[in-house]
Amino acid sequence: MQGISKRFGATQALRNVSLQAEAGRTLALIGENGAGKSTLVKVLSGALTPDSGEMSLDGYRYQPGGPHAARMAGVAMIYQELNLAPDLSVEDNIMLGIESSRWGLLQRRQQRPRVREALRLLGHPELRPATSVSRLSIAARQLIEIARALVSDARVIVFDEPTSSLTRRDCQNLFQVIRRLRDEGLAVIYISHFLEEIQEICDDYCVLRDGASVGAGELAGVTEPQIVSLMVGRDIDDLFPSVPHTRQEPILDLSELTGRRFPIDVSFELHRGEVLGIAGLVGAGRTELLRCLFGLEPVRKGEIRVQGLSPAANPSARIRAGLGLVSEDRKEEGLALGMTIGDNMTLSRLQPYSKFGWLNLGRRRTAVQHWMQRMQVKAPGPQTRVGDLSGGNQQKVALARVLHQDADIFLLDEPTRGIDVGTKSEIYRVMGELAAAGKGVIFVSSYLAELLAVCDRVGVMSRGRLREIRPADQWSEEAVMSVAVAGAGE
Amino acid sequence: MNDSLRPDGKTNPGEVPSAAGDGEPVMAGNSSPWFDWKSIASILGPFVALAAVCLFFAIADAMQPDGGRFATQRNLQANAVRTATVAVAALGMTVIIIAGGIDLSAGTALALAATVLAWSLKNDYSVPLALAFTMGAGCAAGLVNGVLISALRVVPFIVTLGTMTIYLGVAKMIANETTVRPDKATQVPDWLGGFLSLRPQSLYAGFPLGVWFALLLAVALACFLRYSVFGRHVVALGSNEATARLCGIPVRRAKILVYTLGGLFTGIAGLYQFSRLSAGNPTSGTGMELRIIAAVVIGGGSLEGGRGSVVGTLTGAAIMAVIESGCTQLGLPNPVQDVILGVIIVAAVAVDQLRLRGGAA
Repeated sequence: MQGISKRFGATQALRNVSLQAEAGRTLALIGENGAGKSTLVKVLSGALTPDSGEMSLDGYRYQPGGPHAARMAGVAMIYQELNLAPDLSVEDNIMLGIESSRWGLLQRRQQRPRVREALRLLGHPELRPATSVSRLSIAARQLIEIARALVSDARVIVFDEPTSSLTRRDCQNLFQVIRRLRDEGLAVIYISHFLEEIQEICDDYCVLRDGASVGAGELAGVTEPQIVSLMVGRDIDDLFPSVPHTRQEPILDLSELTGRRFPIDVSFELHRGEVLGIAGLVGAGRTELLRCLFGLEPVRKGEIRVQGLSPAANPSARIRAGLGLVSEDRKEEGLALGMTIGDNMTLSRLQPYSKFGWLNLGRRRTAVQHWMQRMQVKAPGPQTRVGDLSGGNQQKVALARVLHQDADIFLLDEPTRGIDVGTKSEIYRVMGELAAAGKGVIFVSSYLAELLAVCDRVGVMSRGRLREIRPADQWSEEAVMSVAVAGAGE
Repeated sequence: MNDSLRPDGKTNPGEVPSAAGDGEPVMAGNSSPWFDWKSIASILGPFVALAAVCLFFAIADAMQPDGGRFATQRNLQANAVRTATVAVAALGMTVIIIAGGIDLSAGTALALAATVLAWSLKNDYSVPLALAFTMGAGCAAGLVNGVLISALRVVPFIVTLGTMTIYLGVAKMIANETTVRPDKATQVPDWLGGFLSLRPQSLYAGFPLGVWFALLLAVALACFLRYSVFGRHVVALGSNEATARLCGIPVRRAKILVYTLGGLFTGIAGLYQFSRLSAGNPTSGTGMELRIIAAVVIGGGSLEGGRGSVVGTLTGAAIMAVIESGCTQLGLPNPVQDVILGVIIVAAVAVDQLRLRGGAA
């Protein structure tokens, strides 16, 4: 790609970006949210036409008219959100749109060897082509997507944040697959926020900032802080800003809390001025724990006491009791994407702007602008639709809602997933400030480094049970992992 | 909760924060709530369509040998009166559709309310009591829909498909399977008889009472949707129900209220229907629900929820009325009218989709 530029209205999304991916190598495309990665990838995959610039593939001019044309030309995308038809079989999904047929009839006998070959190439010949995709795990579904790229003879495969919903072991398997693809002579472009991952599997890198490429080259010999400073344009000497806070009296008390399936017999105390981390594998019951706390899922047994009282088991009573939840699923649950920033921020607490049920929109607007500034939400104004924002800015809006709610207990479920380093750092700072202001924070994350750096205490869950809580400085990443996988045999 | 515990030590969010409050709005200009291009475009869309339809029929009519009847005050009045019933019911449907629901029982519930009104008047109940019964019937119909949808967690389409026939049956029971005709001279109050009448003595500033009342309702509903807490809850519910639940909005109660409010408008529309027919006919509302829904959809309402507007709905109802009367004046046969109306509905939704996609890119 040479000198690609793209403009949306007043925003220059890409400014003269050049990118070179070589066959048999893995290129990391790095940048904060809103840096232009997705736009660049959309240009590459034919979803957008650049205003200027040229692309070539294998030395020939490459000008895809649309995603299908790009796929036919040999550029395949593996998206964050999987694009599979769950009710069709593995084989049908892989061959979707490129079925072998004669007179409109499927030629399964012809296509099945190609499907088998693709799965074998990925190192997973055990996946049966006739299985329905709805019965596969997320990791396996991702493999199907990759296989789909392989059968269409892809030359370039782009992975957009492929590991954000995978467990650690699945990640390792995926890396194996990516290495295989590379060794087969494909060019792989890998987009991720996890710099460790990039160090692990990529050969080259290209950093985007504010729509321009600010650095590219071989990864070997480049350190993580160097990349981070390229990304944010300044040195983040402290990715985890520490805000001093002291632990005060207990504010939340759980005893033997048991939900419909998970959690099982979870007991702990959360104090004012404390950040409590919850670690565990995906599916260990961490999200269910928070949802039980917030009244979104039924409690079968046990007690929840907030400052000594037990509020009714529905979200509005829990909000009144001082709890606030940031959902792990920003798009499906966390935010109403069709509504404005202002609506999303204030939906859970409209009382300050209402009298007898009528809203004072002017006053609300001023308050929303204040919170947008404080959280550094980058948007034209409070009337902007949340769906038009980048992931990091959406997350800031979701967090601002809970701050605006003036909660005492913050339940944060994977609040830093899929957002850029700069925003992550801001979120850590906000958590520290909350603790310093005497709030209690429960922080669920699958990213151990941040849990251990930000939290005062960390508890590890597995199979719905809270196995162990220790002060953060008495944990190591290995120790957390060994507890997290310990209950796996039950 | 304690305001002194604010993390930043700043003001309570409800108060005007000093940083942005000193007369200088932070982001003034292009994003004022009064002047938002995107929402203006979505409001103007149906208007442009209405203007185009009017222009078409005005020209086509003027070219007729005996033309010149379209662009008259008389025609405007007739159209306003003809569309009033559907328009009022469509106001209620707007709320339901914005909240992400649908009400297929609106047509038969409307006829049920009209039948109840006719029955009450025929049985010599006092007028206020008869009106209370009518509104009560409308609200009850909506309430039943709302409770069933919330409690059984069945999709609104199916629930209201069922209640549609239930309300038809109930209306027939009340009417003893005939049409209920209260005596016009003695049992129907004068104002109700002339509610949608074009006789000179029932006109106020050019229109009968019913048209003015419909406009008043529309203004009230538009304000309610925009400036009330419940209005925000309705949009949130349709935009993303999970988010609404997360934000502590009592989702079930809100849904029940939405359908009951829709039922209130259906009840009022029943009164309009009675005034037009001077009788309560249980089957007079059959099929009307589709015209009601069409009005909302032509006006930019989305069946996925979260989008729709009162102004759009009124325009949508007006477009349908103009097409019908225009076709009649041009002497086009009824089947042709049906086809044209159908084309307009599909075109309206298609244009809306195109605009959405254009706006998102």
